Amino acid sequence: MRILVVEDDPVLANGLKIGLGLAGATVDLAETCADARAALETTAYDAVVLDVMLPDGSGLSVLKAMRSGKDRTPVLLLTALDEVSDRIAGLDTGADDYLGKPFDLDELAARVRAVARRGTGRAEPCLSAGGIVLDPSQLAATVGGTPVNLSRREFAVLSALMERPGTIRSKSEIEDRLYGWQEEVESNAIEVHIHNLRAKVGRDAIETVRGLGYRMRPSA
Amino acid sequence: MTSLRKRLFLILVAATGAIWLSAVVWIYVGAKAEVEQVLDTRLQEAARMVSSLVGSGEVAASRAIAAVPGLSPEPASYERQLSCQVWSLDGRLVARSSGAPDARLAENASGFSDRVVEGETWRVYAVENVATGVRVMVGDRLGLRERLVADLIKGLIAPAFLIVPLLGLLIWVSLGRGLRPLNAMADQLQVRAADDMSPIAVGNVPVEVMPLARSLNALFAKVELARRHERDVTAFAAHELRTPLAGLKTQAQIAIAATDPAMKEGALRQILVSVDRTTRLVRQLLAIAKLDAHGVAPDGEQVIVGDLLDEIIAALKPSNTAIQVDVEPALHSFRVRANREILSLALRNLHENALQHMPGGGTVSWRLSLDGQGVIVEDEGPGIPDDELPLVTQRFFRGRHKTVAGTGLGLAIVAIAINRLSARFSLQNRDGRRGVSATISFEEARRAKEDALAGP
Repeated sequence: MRILVVEDDPVLANGLKIGLGLAGATVDLAETCADARAALETTAYDAVVLDVMLPDGSGLSVLKAMRSGKDRTPVLLLTALDEVSDRIAGLDTGADDYLGKPFDLDELAARVRAVARRGTGRAEPCLSAGGIVLDPSQLAATVGGTPVNLSRREFAVLSALMERPGTIRSKSEIEDRLYGWQEEVESNAIEVHIHNLRAKVGRDAIETVRGLGYRMRPSA
Repeated sequence: MTSLRKRLFLILVAATGAIWLSAVVWIYVGAKAEVEQVLDTRLQEAARMVSSLVGSGEVAASRAIAAVPGLSPEPASYERQLSCQVWSLDGRLVARSSGAPDARLAENASGFSDRVVEGETWRVYAVENVATGVRVMVGDRLGLRERLVADLIKGLIAPAFLIVPLLGLLIWVSLGRGLRPLNAMADQLQVRAADDMSPIAVGNVPVEVMPLARSLNALFAKVELARRHERDVTAFAAHELRTPLAGLKTQAQIAIAATDPAMKEGALRQILVSVDRTTRLVRQLLAIAKLDAHGVAPDGEQVIVGDLLDEIIAALKPSNTAIQVDVEPALHSFRVRANREILSLALRNLHENALQHMPGGGTVSWRLSLDGQGVIVEDEGPGIPDDELPLVTQRFFRGRHKTVAGTGLGLAIVAIAINRLSARFSLQNRDGRRGVSATISFEEARRAKEDALAGP
């Protein structure tokens, strides 16, 4: 899950990056509206956590621009203004959820998961395909009912594939979901993760489509 | 509450009444003079007529009297006002008209005279006919004359009593119609919501009410601006107070949840940064509350600006050793008369601000302004974007070049403090190089004080 956090307060931004990271998300930080717009143009995010009061303007203007540009990325507004009227204004501008500061980190993570999930058109909290069940809230996986220990990255790769079973995900697509801007990606990192995953969830679960990428093998 | 309608009504009725009254007085005076002249002429003519009739010898005195109209005893209200006496020159009453008194009407030989006879005032004209040896006196009662004039005036006033209420009603109704635009405006204002500060429509407002409508609209605009400013400040304050709390809470939750000791320590360090910043925020909030409570600062003492700066700089030793602070020696002989505490608050916040904006090091230089009336501080930080310059002295405003420790209150405190010192504060980007130049000018404050000293 790749998240864009638009927040200008360095301590809070740092906390969100690490906190959402603990919840299994890859977080990019933007401090201003301009940074946020640039990030949204270049990267596809699963969700955006948007502060309303930013140094160069209102986060709502970013949201408005997104929605008028047909960008359907789920947006959670995070703001100090949590009067009812502010919340209504935020939601009516096109936000998917609203959380007032200060907030509980676990609640924020859950809400981000929820808006991201609905962004993919899915209602059920767990991902399942071919006997594999992923619970994003616990970062827990079971294969045929047996718990399997996955690393954070492995979990992310597997959930990227399982979100749309049958669809081929390219290597760079999976990389984008896994690594933030500043992170160095080794050229064979995805292959390594896939290799390890196959060892844990079963050799046949993930299919390699030569030259295109990977997909979950449709269950027989 | 005074009613405009009542007021106008009273003024109009009083004015109309006054004009009416003066018209009546004028007519009274004019009519009286006219009546007197006419009646005097009649007296004269009657006297001459009787005299000539008596003088011709053909008519006896009593017949002559009866022949003159107005002297004959026919019953008529004004006709019988004339009385005639014919006296022989040796003082014997030869004849008199029927209404005439027995007593002699006039003492003088001829001409007009006023005389009280038998309790009544008479106007008498006497003519002496030496040839026939008689003196003819014709007179009328002044009371009768006055009645004549009074009747005339009564004829004028009587309709007034009928017309005045009608006129009053007409004025009252017209005023109601005339004041309708005002009432319409009042209605428009009355039904609007308490927070509706939109201008009232001035399209069909009469010219006389236009200034009122314009002033109202100007007031609305001012109130709206103040309210928006207040709302902005509240929003900024909420943001600045809640964001660090959110950061603290998030970092604390990470510190609890993290299993990695390095992550735990990182979170705790972030908590420390946030607590420091929040402490500073609280300190500045208290400072601003104090300044708000102050009003204009009480006159302080002579402060040597350079010495005060030395104290502030020593207390705020930058942890960043790449920052150098210069104080121009001339400042050590620059004295201002000011409240030391408030001046110190302004200078300290300016200095802190300069230090905070130079994480990469540089020089903060304090110097005397060119006119020798103020202090200038210049830093080598990133400067302030031009569009933000007018905003940075607003409370809680934090621009694009904000710092970790910034609270958005520093320059607001500076601006308020300097205002309390009756000095002037200006802020601009440095010419041709990076950084901000801030000036505190004491020129006006000093001049004001000199004026006060020079005055009586």
